[in-house]
Amino acid sequence: MVGPGQLRSIRLTRTAYSSSEMMIVVSARQLAGERVCFVGVGPPNIACNLAKMTVSPDLELVYESGVFGSVPARLPLSIGDPTLVTGSVQVTSMFELFAYYLQGGLIDVGFLGASQIDRYGNINTTVIGDYAAPMVRLPGSGGACEIAINAKKVFVIMPQSKRSFVDRIDFITSPGHLGGARPAEWGAGPSVVVTGLGVYRFGAATGEMELASLHPGVTLEEVRDSTGWELRVSEDLEETAPPSELELRLIREELDPRGAYTR
Amino acid sequence: MRDAVAELVRDGDTVAIEGFTHLICFAAGHEIIRQRKRDLTLCRLTPDVIYDQMVGAGVASKLVFSWLGNPGVGSLHAIRRRIERSDPEPLEVEEYSHFGMVCRYVAGASNLPFFPIRSYFESDLPQANPRIVPVKSPFGDGSVYAVPPLHPDVAVIHAQRADPAGDTQIWGLLGCQKEAAFAADRVMVVCEELVDESVIRRDPNRTVVPGLIVDAVVVEPKACHPSYAQGYYDRDNRFYLEWDTVARDPATFHAWLREWVFGLESHAEYVEKLGAERWAELAPGEAWSDPVNYGRYA
Repeated sequence: MVGPGQLRSIRLTRTAYSSSEMMIVVSARQLAGERVCFVGVGPPNIACNLAKMTVSPDLELVYESGVFGSVPARLPLSIGDPTLVTGSVQVTSMFELFAYYLQGGLIDVGFLGASQIDRYGNINTTVIGDYAAPMVRLPGSGGACEIAINAKKVFVIMPQSKRSFVDRIDFITSPGHLGGARPAEWGAGPSVVVTGLGVYRFGAATGEMELASLHPGVTLEEVRDSTGWELRVSEDLEETAPPSELELRLIREELDPRGAYTR
Repeated sequence: MRDAVAELVRDGDTVAIEGFTHLICFAAGHEIIRQRKRDLTLCRLTPDVIYDQMVGAGVASKLVFSWLGNPGVGSLHAIRRRIERSDPEPLEVEEYSHFGMVCRYVAGASNLPFFPIRSYFESDLPQANPRIVPVKSPFGDGSVYAVPPLHPDVAVIHAQRADPAGDTQIWGLLGCQKEAAFAADRVMVVCEELVDESVIRRDPNRTVVPGLIVDAVVVEPKACHPSYAQGYYDRDNRFYLEWDTVARDPATFHAWLREWVFGLESHAEYVEKLGAERWAELAPGEAWSDPVNYGRYA
């Protein structure tokens, strides 16, 4: 027997979702129609796998550790998890992965995280403070610098605050739209930024980030307070559709049952 | 292991213990710490927990890398203490991107003066590291960036199997072990299993490093823990998570070293100390590939 009080609590847990779940779901939806995606570990990994189960069944997952066509049977806790290998289409050396797949132009979308980003989508993951005497030493480029230049498009997924959305980043690890435009021979650069507050796109003429969509319950004021520059807002500002029951079920039951990245 | 490290790793050497998440030879790192080597330049794309242990233990004065972190967890605290606060002493760093580091090994292995790549444009990395240099194409097709060759004095390569001559086979993630081995002056192979030469010869496509360039073969099962060997044992994610707490405080860091490195004579003792239950948790299950016909052609 289930009493009415219990029923209500079940319904509440079904519809409530965390900020990272929102970020993952929104990122996954952006992958509709994409074919080859260079996956980062953590939230991007869950987003890419969710996309494969929902909007983009033909998506091929490429990991910088040298795997193409991965079908992870469990959530990989690192970018070189053995589950990425078993059942994949190809395991290559890292040289071949970066040279033939990435530099050769086969990657449609590269997923990057960022500690700091500016209005043009230039990204810092190297240091906070001065390079020679850093206040905080961050991980550095990894493959991000070459992904930012060579992938056809770049999606960024990151938490947003005045400390991460800054007027001037401390170090350019991975170039975005530079001061508003990038060389034609590079990939198109950052096209979407997904944060816990909203979704941003880049103006075609300006190369500058524009708020395209606000997550449910988030106000424009809150977003402005969490941005270190005067933010452009799209004329067609939308509200992000909340995670569907299916998306949440896939994340919670199949992709991240222990809630390592989503709670 | 003790003899191989004593003979092949010398104070002041440039050492590369490679393996991208997979096949990282922690046992070799521990032996280097145990023998109190000094002033090493440590090279790896991802310094990982193994270099956090080595750098915190004081064997290194310089780090050459492209991504500094505890993969899937967070920071490497012992390394950060040295970089951010010179605690207990400064650590020199030389920093690239992944592709840059890989191509440094490729240049080293192929005896080239540099390797050109499409990276680093408009990044601050070339400013931070003057050894990343723009070059114009001699054929007039624009510019690329050049990275210098990397020639480690010693490369340590872990593998699933090798024969006594050092012919070495790896499956699963290949990282850049082949490139690092061919770039190095001395190569130490550590393997899960020593096999007969005929096993190698029945499957030559799987050979990554030939005995021709190998100076020592060490048989050391489970030498990668908490990293993994595909098909032999899983990555011990619990260890990586716990390391975050251990390394945060120099006192717990050094207590760990005393208990798990200096307090033990060999990696066999480490394996035993970890316990059968933990190893059972790390069992990989089975997924076999099908044999292929190479043909006799006799």
